[in-house]
Amino acid sequence: MDATQVRIDDIVKGHDVVLFMKGTPLFPQCGFSSRAVAIMEHLDVPFHPVDVLQDMEIRQGIKAYSDWPTIPQLYVKGEFIGGSDIMMEMFEAGELQALMADSGVKAG
Amino acid sequence: MGAVKDEIERRLRENFTPTHLAVTDDSAKHAGHAGHDPRGESHFTVEIVSVRFVGLSRVQCQRAVNRALADLLEERVHALALKASAPA
Repeated sequence: MDATQVRIDDIVKGHDVVLFMKGTPLFPQCGFSSRAVAIMEHLDVPFHPVDVLQDMEIRQGIKAYSDWPTIPQLYVKGEFIGGSDIMMEMFEAGELQALMADSGVKAG
Repeated sequence: MGAVKDEIERRLRENFTPTHLAVTDDSAKHAGHAGHDPRGESHFTVEIVSVRFVGLSRVQCQRAVNRALADLLEERVHALALKASAPA
């Protein structure tokens, strides 16, 4: 792993729930990131947001990290869960709520 | 008009022989946003149902589609909303 991949790995493993996104939860800079934040707010669990627009190395590196070409990306307990389409499908099916509960991630 | 949309449809049919495929060009809704391309055809929604997705996780389904469209996503298409599933 190069230095960026190590940094990403540290972030992903250093928090129960991590959302790589464009912009911040308060000011998302893309419709997909905005949707991902809305889902997280519905889940009411604490998450660690990473604004990839503030770090070009992470912005590019995160795509290789999970072999996933788009942002946002959600990680729970170090595991890649998916992008905003998958988050929405899982949320609507109640699976994201179950995943958080099973992972021991408590509602904020 | 529609060259990118046609190419997306062509590749998805070729790779997945879908039982359902709907590719919608949403670009007009994003005029003026970040990532909007004056050439148009920058934002798409894809719904695809294929037996190729049987037994695959959501992440695996979407990776397969992303791979089939990789260079388009890299160079031309800014945003792709994707719903990929196996037949119910």
